[in-house]
Parts: sequence; C-alpha cells; structure tokens
Amino acid sequence: MNISRREFLQMLAVASATGISLPGQAVAKKQAAEKKLYDLPAFGNVSLLHFTDCHAQLMPIWFREPDINIGIAGMKGKAPHLVGKHFLARYGINPNTPQAHAFTYLNFVEAAKQYGKVGGFAHLATLIKHIRSQRPESLLLDGGDTWQGSATSLWTNGQDMVDATKLLGVDAMTGHWEFTYGADRVKEIIEKDLNGHMDFLAQNIIDNQWEEDVFKSYVIKEINGVPTAIIGQAFPYTPIANPRYMIPDWNFGIRDDKMQKTVDAARTDGAQVVVLLSHNGMDVDLKMASRVRGIDAIMGGHTHDAVPEPVEVKNVGGITLVINSGSNGKFLSVLDFDVRKGKVQGYRYSLLPIFSNLLEPDATMAAHITNVRKPFKAKLEEKLGVADELLYRRGNFNGSFDQLILDALIDAQDADIAFSPGFRWGVSVLPGEPITFEHVMTQTAITYPTVTLNQITGENIKLILEDVADNLFNTDPYYQQGGDMVRVGGLKFSIDPTKTIGHRITDMEVNDKPLKASKKYRVAGWASVEPNREGRPAWDVVADYIRKQDTVKVNKLNIPNIKGIKNNPGLD
Amino acid sequence: MKRRTFLKGTVASGMLSVAASAGLLTPRRVLAAWPETAFTAKSIDDALDTLLGDTTLATSGDIKIKAPEIAENGAVVPITISTGMAAESISVLIAKNPSPLACSFALGGSTLGFVSTRVKMGETSDLIAVVKSGGKLYSAKKTVKVTIGGCGG
Repeated sequence: MNISRREFLQMLAVASATGISLPGQAVAKKQAAEKKLYDLPAFGNVSLLHFTDCHAQLMPIWFREPDINIGIAGMKGKAPHLVGKHFLARYGINPNTPQAHAFTYLNFVEAAKQYGKVGGFAHLATLIKHIRSQRPESLLLDGGDTWQGSATSLWTNGQDMVDATKLLGVDAMTGHWEFTYGADRVKEIIEKDLNGHMDFLAQNIIDNQWEEDVFKSYVIKEINGVPTAIIGQAFPYTPIANPRYMIPDWNFGIRDDKMQKTVDAARTDGAQVVVLLSHNGMDVDLKMASRVRGIDAIMGGHTHDAVPEPVEVKNVGGITLVINSGSNGKFLSVLDFDVRKGKVQGYRYSLLPIFSNLLEPDATMAAHITNVRKPFKAKLEEKLGVADELLYRRGNFNGSFDQLILDALIDAQDADIAFSPGFRWGVSVLPGEPITFEHVMTQTAITYPTVTLNQITGENIKLILEDVADNLFNTDPYYQQGGDMVRVGGLKFSIDPTKTIGHRITDMEVNDKPLKASKKYRVAGWASVEPNREGRPAWDVVADYIRKQDTVKVNKLNIPNIKGIKNNPGLD
Repeated sequence: MKRRTFLKGTVASGMLSVAASAGLLTPRRVLAAWPETAFTAKSIDDALDTLLGDTTLATSGDIKIKAPEIAENGAVVPITISTGMAAESISVLIAKNPSPLACSFALGGSTLGFVSTRVKMGETSDLIAVVKSGGKLYSAKKTVKVTIGGCGG
C-alpha cells in the first residue's frame, strides 16, 4: 500500500468524522507512528546536522542497501559490515518496518511500494527546516559527493547542486567527486558561489610543489556561545581512484600527523567542540579515531554506510564518536551535544531516513529543482525500456544494474570480458518501471565516461582483479579505497577475501574455459583514469542497448564464488 | 630531486635536500666518494654492507616514516624520515626495487635527524629506513602500495 501524506490526513479526517473503522486504519496508525520519526526534541546546546554522498539526487528515488558488505579481520561483524537480518538484530530494528526498509535490502521491492520513495532535496529541505526550527544555531554539514551523480549535475558542471546546497543552508562541506570537475572548476565555485555562504574544508590536500594547504583546514563557529571547530577531510585517494590529470598539482592522502596538528590548533584557537567532517570512508574513520586525539565526533561518508548509532572509539584523548550518514539523499544525521564547562558532557544522535511521502516538499527548493530540470526534461524522461526485474547497484559484487551495463559493453564492443567500476552510487529501478535516460545517468554521469576496448592478457586480467580486491579487502583500512569490487562480465572467478594480494582470485574462466595467462582477451570497460581516451560515453552505449529491447532482460548476476567467508554478518 | 642522492655534510639535511632539488648543488660536487656499488646492489644486505659495513638491523620505535599508504604516483613518492637518535646517517631502501637503495644522507651525528625527499617505486613494497647511530644500525619500515587505481567510490 502506498499512501501519500495528504491521503493519510484525508483518511484520518474521514475516519474520525464517521467513527467507522476503515480497513486502511491500521496502516494509517502505523504511518502516524512513522511521522513521529521526525519529532526530535532539542537536546544540549551544540547541534550538528549532516548529510553526505547525496550524489546529486535532487529528486526522490529508490535505493536498495547492500546484501553483501563483507568485513574481514578486525572489521568482521562490526559496523558497517552488517547486512540484512544481522543488521536488524544488531540495532534492534523490527523487520517489516520503515526503518528496516531504510537500512536494509530485505524484502526491497514490496517494502519500496509500501513506504514509497526516499530522499529528494525538497523533502530534505523541509526536514532540515523542521529540525533547525528547534535548534536555531545548529550547523548543517555536507560530507561531499554532492556535485556529481546525476544528469543535471553533469550537464550544469555541478551548478545545480551548488545552488541547491546554498538554498539548503549548508555551512561547510568537503569533497571527493567534486574534484572530477577539475581543479579550476572547484576553485571557481569556491570563489564565485560558496564565498560568504559556506566553507570548503580539506586539511589533507596540499600543493605538490610547496606542500602548502590548498583549502582551509578548519573553521570555528560559535553555537549558542560554544566555539565549535569543523575540520574537513577530503577523500584521501582521489588522485588514485579518479583521474589524477584533473587535479595535477594537488597531493591528497590520509595525513594523521597533520590531522593531529589541526585538531590541536583548533583547540588552541579556543574550540570546545571539534568535529571532523570526513570523506575517509567508515573503516578509515574508525582507525583514525583510534589514533588521533581530541576529536569529539567524526561525521563521515564515502563508503555510503547508513549506521543508526555512533561507534564510540577510545583513544588516548578520550572518546571519539564515529558517525556515517548513508547516501543518495536518503538520510539526515542529527547530533546534539551537551557542552558545559568547556567540554562535551553528553550527546544524543539520530539518523533519520527521508521518506518522501511523509514530508511536504519545500516550495523554494521544489521550484529550483523544476527550474534546473526544465531545459533537459524531454531527454531526462525518455523511456528507454522496461525493467523486468529490480535494477540496483550497491553491494561488494555485481548488482543487476551493473550487470546490465556489462551486458551492454560486451554487446557493443564484441568483447570477451567487460569491467565496470565498483561505484557505490546509482539509484534502483523497480520491476515493471520504465528505465529512463535519467536512470542510466545516475549510474554513469561522470566527466570521464568513455567506453574503451583493450587487448589484455590473462595474466594482467588477474593482476587487475587482485589489485582492486586488495583495495576492498586489505586488512588495514588505510590501504583501502572505499569502492566495491570491480564489476566483471564474461569472466567467472572465485574470490577469497581473507587471503593477501596475489592470492585472492582463482578459478578464472571465460566461456567455460580456464583463463590463459598468455592469451590476449578483448576487454571492454569505461571510466578509464588515463587522459584522452576516445570513444562513446557509457550512457549512450547503455541507453542504445536498452532501446533495442522492449523489456530488458538482464543476464544472470555474475557474482564470484566467495571462498573463506563463514558466519560473516556482512553476508546474509 | 634525483632518485639516488647521496649527500654528505653537516648542514641540516632538510636544507640540503631543498638546495639539491633547486639544482644549487649537484650530488657529484658534494660527494666525498660516490658509493656506486651500494646503489647498484641488487639486495638489501649487499647495499647495506657496501654502504654502512653492516647488515644487522635493530627495529626501533624512534624512527618515524611519513609516507603515503598508497602512492598517488609511484614515480615520485614523497617521504620524510625523522628520528630522535643522534644520526650519523639516514638511508632509505625500497625492498622490491631492482636496486633497493634509494638514497642515503650522511649527517655527521650532530644534526637534527630529519630528512625529506622523493623516491621512485616500481611496485608495492616495504620502505625501509635505516638510521646509523652510535655505530649501530636501527630500522623501521612501512608498506607503500602502488596500485593501478580507478575504481574507488
């Protein structure tokens, strides 16, 4: 059952006027309880709101959380490496509730139809206004991956999102995919648009000639008279995971030492609360929290983990809360600190799922979104085909939308094998729903979208898989890059995440024959980080492939045979 | 700065490395003797033996290596080695490079134990810092990953 807020109110009115017990009343009561989701009385005196990794999703969307998110070594069975029923059990969430739907993949299609779409900036804006009305001096933090991920963000060079976050009232942000518009564009936005409105913070980016800071490291804001420092940490591996040529003069990295110095400097400057706005990824945040002292909370993103409770990490300075706030505009974090005698005495925290049906869209933001979409409307809404099954991306290995992309790449390039990056963004499409050009863009909208074909030896194919697997499953989070495993089509393999690099990938087969080390295979791919690749953009190749079919049939999901993983709560 | 730099002097080494990278000093001019065999040695032991006359390394907690966990560009990996010990020399070896010895700074034992330079790495490898102090060799290591990249987040 899908009931809008207005219908729900009408139903209540009818029910109370007639005194008749309606068949839908149980559902209505349930939805009334859901609305309480957003009743969050103010607590303490320093409040911070945080969203991250919205990937430019201005409109409400579907987004299925992962069913595979394996944690190994010290990360096994701990947040964020919990999926499905393990997740519900850990956080005491009842199955078949709005929360269960927001935080897990369980029963996704049915639950999506019942609870409706999630996110949307007009709905997010309403919720932020509601929460801030009770916390007038709160700060709104944006963890980055905001300017990229949609057709309109790509076609406006991020301008639609820059304007949207200004309307939203963001006070500070950091970045990752922002940098894929190139250094000049980032600088231009900061100087022309953000100046006087919000701070772009990144303590871990220095220029590679003089090793000087490129951005502000931190800013101190008074909240109810309490000096509160916000430090920024951009994605440490941007020049590795994304094209380095777009930001040739900047060095990134984790930089624990510099982080400690920055925290100390902020404290010396009088900060009584220090919050790190991080794009590290949650495993890196957890390690950093154990090594750097003096941070009260890390509000993080990058790995798209929606974690309902902070992890309290002990370090030599005390306790640091590690918070990660999900992705795609699905969630808003609210952190309230009680600060007295110059330090944090207590806190309250909520990660609020944004159910679009329960929130009236904010008129100003809705108008902005309509305006942004107007010139592109026909192209965005073009129906390419119909999905015969749920399309989604998120998870350690191939999602069905990735499989569709791989099928398209192999078809278009007459390839033996296809690779598609393990991105964690990209919305879901329900079975029977038309697949629009906009949907395809949510999976492919990047500034280096070229489809390529390379002749690669079996030996090098293994090297590539081993390399990416190590970025995902290295036992030390500081050596991880935070994406999922590269999506693979045409090649079957086994993976043992618990092994070391060079030993994880085995049993490789192409067309039921073992992969030959010396043989060259035709390998299609896209999103190469090398400059000047020539070819068609991925969205055109995928769109053409869908247009050729009325109902889109996706090949069987090419999930590797997973070895060495037993009783792991990251695997249902 | 050149990949293999062997500088000798009593000036603070941080200064020296800036001077050399600006082309103010060429290695040959400041060299008492260029220990070519050490820099072309194919193993860590051979390099250490030739350069420092010893291969016994004691692990030390007083050597700090600042280097990226994952190199942005294997051709120029920025590193900083520091120690509280009175260092006669600080050497850096890349275990998996064809010739492991990347650089060595002769500090004379009376300067601040701090050197900063850039090294080249062909593949993921341990980076080993060796400090000679009081006639003995102390070491620390850190893994620096060289990756093909391109698939993050």
